[in-house]
Amino acid sequence: MSSTTVTSASGLRMPRWAAPAGITVLFVLVYLVFRGTGTLPHNSEAAPFTAVTELREWIDDHRNDNPIFLYFLNYIRLFVDLVYTFFLSTLVAMGWPGLIGVMGGLAWLAGGWRVALGAVAGFASFGVFGLWQSSVETLALVAAAVLLSLAIGVPIGVWAGLSERVRKAITPVLDVMQIMPTFAYLAPLALFFHIGAPAGAIATMIYSMPPAIRITALAIGQVSPTAVEASASLGATRTQTLFKVYLPLARSTMALAVNQTIMMALSMVVIANLISAPGLGSDIIRGLSRAQVGIMLPAGIAIVIMAVVLDRMMVAVARRDPHSRIGRGRLAAAGALALTGLAAAAFVPRQWPAELTVSVTRPINEAVLWAETSWYGVTTFIKDTVTIYLLNPLETVFTTAPWWLVAAGVLLAAWRVSGARPALTALACLLGIALLGTWEHSMRTLTTVAVAVVATLAIGVLLGIAAARSDRFSVVQRPLLDAAQTMPAFVYLLPALALFGTTRFTAIFASVIYAVPPVVRLVEDGIRNVPASVIEAATSTGSTPGQILRKVQLPLARRAILLAANQGIVLTLAMVVVGGLVGAGALGYDVVLGFSQRPDFGMGFVAGVATVLLGVMLDRITQGADGRSLPRKRNFT
Amino acid sequence: MKIRLFAGLLTLALATGCGGATVDGDGATTAASPEGSADSASPAGTVKIAVNPWVGYEASANVVAYLLKNELGYTVEMPEIKEQLAWEGFETGDVDVIIENWGHPDLKKQYIEEKQVAVEAGSTGNKGVIGWYIPKWMADEHPDITDGKNLNKYADLFKTSESGGKGQLLFGDPSYVSNEAALIKNLKLDFKIVTGGSEAALIKSAQQAQAQKKPLLFYFWDPHWLFSQTELVRVKLPEYTEGCDADPKKVACDYPEMDLDKIVSKKFADTGGKAYELVKNFNWTNADQNQVSDDMTNGGMSGEDAAKKWIEANPDKWQAWIPK
Repeated sequence: MSSTTVTSASGLRMPRWAAPAGITVLFVLVYLVFRGTGTLPHNSEAAPFTAVTELREWIDDHRNDNPIFLYFLNYIRLFVDLVYTFFLSTLVAMGWPGLIGVMGGLAWLAGGWRVALGAVAGFASFGVFGLWQSSVETLALVAAAVLLSLAIGVPIGVWAGLSERVRKAITPVLDVMQIMPTFAYLAPLALFFHIGAPAGAIATMIYSMPPAIRITALAIGQVSPTAVEASASLGATRTQTLFKVYLPLARSTMALAVNQTIMMALSMVVIANLISAPGLGSDIIRGLSRAQVGIMLPAGIAIVIMAVVLDRMMVAVARRDPHSRIGRGRLAAAGALALTGLAAAAFVPRQWPAELTVSVTRPINEAVLWAETSWYGVTTFIKDTVTIYLLNPLETVFTTAPWWLVAAGVLLAAWRVSGARPALTALACLLGIALLGTWEHSMRTLTTVAVAVVATLAIGVLLGIAAARSDRFSVVQRPLLDAAQTMPAFVYLLPALALFGTTRFTAIFASVIYAVPPVVRLVEDGIRNVPASVIEAATSTGSTPGQILRKVQLPLARRAILLAANQGIVLTLAMVVVGGLVGAGALGYDVVLGFSQRPDFGMGFVAGVATVLLGVMLDRITQGADGRSLPRKRNFT
Repeated sequence: MKIRLFAGLLTLALATGCGGATVDGDGATTAASPEGSADSASPAGTVKIAVNPWVGYEASANVVAYLLKNELGYTVEMPEIKEQLAWEGFETGDVDVIIENWGHPDLKKQYIEEKQVAVEAGSTGNKGVIGWYIPKWMADEHPDITDGKNLNKYADLFKTSESGGKGQLLFGDPSYVSNEAALIKNLKLDFKIVTGGSEAALIKSAQQAQAQKKPLLFYFWDPHWLFSQTELVRVKLPEYTEGCDADPKKVACDYPEMDLDKIVSKKFADTGGKAYELVKNFNWTNADQNQVSDDMTNGGMSGEDAAKKWIEANPDKWQAWIPK
């Protein structure tokens, strides 16, 4: 719990490291003296847990006679279900040739024959993998969630773009929505909206709406004031100005908002399967529960393909020149493709023909088995070493330290890095965790996050430096990072699970892969942005490249690196919690248990809340790093 | 002004029109099945069998699904839903059938007696028992280890990197029926539950433990094909007596042998017709189930293929289930 930055305010000539080092020593001493006292051990029947479990029983009993449910929540559920069912029946009614043709046609309209070819090949691959049905369900769920997210998000975004006061009011809400690990939504949603497709769509909406609002607000805010003034001086009403000036000018940025919303929705629909939403997620969960990578991998790839196809289409729409009209040839080609598909659908069975599927389950399982058995020695060694020498001791420290000592450490670190207000927020979050009865498990989760963050930063900074120093390395690495950032978080569990089984280390491994790309990017950009003149000056005074890196580039890129740390921590936490599915234990597992066992519902629910508090706390501790006052949008794509 | 008028109208409409929306009202929130709503490929209708995460369950589900599809012409959906959530599915319409239910007296009380959204549909013929197991070599080397009272003496043997200084008790999927936490507490065992997360994790650990002579104490259940391939010994906990597991927090006895049974939604029982009859008639032995599970796990067959194989080999058994 030592602080990370030093600002020597006193006039005394103390070395820069003296103050933090002294405080660290003090903390160690206090820990050694008070170790084991003031701990808050986990009790699975803590009052907040049982209270929520009872609330849930009450809600279950009154779902059909309480007015809030009868006249409000159940209608939302019904309405969302209606939208989902509408999309699903439409997509199913098209048949597989119809859907492929229509997607191809839309892609052609959006971006020409290349994009169309990608869309046709991509959608056909779902059938080839034997995942047609699941893919269509996922697509319907995404469509419903995105449509509703935009229907709610765009108006709010426009309002926020026009009114500073609205923007200020909703920003903290959006912050929490985005810091909150996706897992944490699910239990409350199951409580209010039950399980199944509608609840899954609502969970997805909560996750995918913030970027729609944020980017729309940004797009509206960017519209040049001259254009608005011109419109007003010509006597246009506010509505006219909105529809004739703001929206057309903000169009391409708003296409980006749609794109972001789709991408977020795609990564969430998988997790939504935990509350029985249909689709590809169910294949991934089935693979997890059978420990068969062969079942999970095709479904994971199908989601990535869907993301890439939709992303290309939306990017093409965003890039198109707003003044050019769609050529007649393109329109004809697109129409022809769509119609051919729909016509063909009338003659072939609606289900994807079994002869055209390729089963990859067995070969993948065999490959994984081979990797498992032949790398067993190495992977076990790595796993055991990290667990025994790093994870376990650190966990002991966190769980045996008195709660007031941890609180003091958090307060001090946050104060130093981010200032007084964030520090108090962080402290409040930590005390909330203690009051909720989730202290011990939060400390365990914190341990896993800490180890994962250290690994993420070490790897991320190294790769970032390498990329900043070698253009060739950067060029090779960039597409890999792009790909890594489009994949839904769940996909990272697969290789981790295959190599390390279900342990805490597995979750760490997965979260490191998940969080490294944005860190690499931020570090590389930070170092590259160091002014060339500074480097030249250093070179001319005879510094070696190593010295330049250590004395010039890294210090000047400090802000970027600290921002990378902040991003890394928030992403890692989100992933470590998902890691509850593969053996990470603690809060993430409590959440999973909450879905699985009724008597533990309260614990799972509260664990979800504690995760949010932990996320806000970690963010506040590190958010001052780049001098911003509010956490930045999570960097997902 | 406009808004208030609208709100007023809406309230009026809600109050007079339909009296609010319930989640179980006539399948109002039951998602129409894609096949059912979009085309008329299966006039018989759709049956939703929840699939719980263990292979024995899947074996039963696949055999019933195969017969529903190929003998009676139904469309079958098999959503992956864990035990307790599946019961909630009776209420939302996401589930029609749970084909292998392990006890759950609390859920029966809630959903069958109180909410009346589910009904029992008879035994599957399978006898199920949960217990704690060790690989046989451990019982050979330490004969007294099979008595639960001596577990603490050997706790050190079972330590792992995940068990925090105590002995490890390996558990399966978080959704499984479990008294483990209460047992450890009430029998004062120096053990910690480590969750492997799946049936597959349990099987893999058990096989490794016997083959490589590694210590392992784990949660497992019969019927299971693993018993015919790997020698396992059950650890005796204090014997089960009627009602000793009544309070889940005070359980200090072993698991009882259970008659595994089928549960269906009330709606399915009322309107399921022949499909419901078939589910009700379905009844087979542990050996039957183990054979299908074995084919699915070790024979590299899909659930459907393994079911087909068993059905082709045992016509006399399943023909008795088909409603006339």
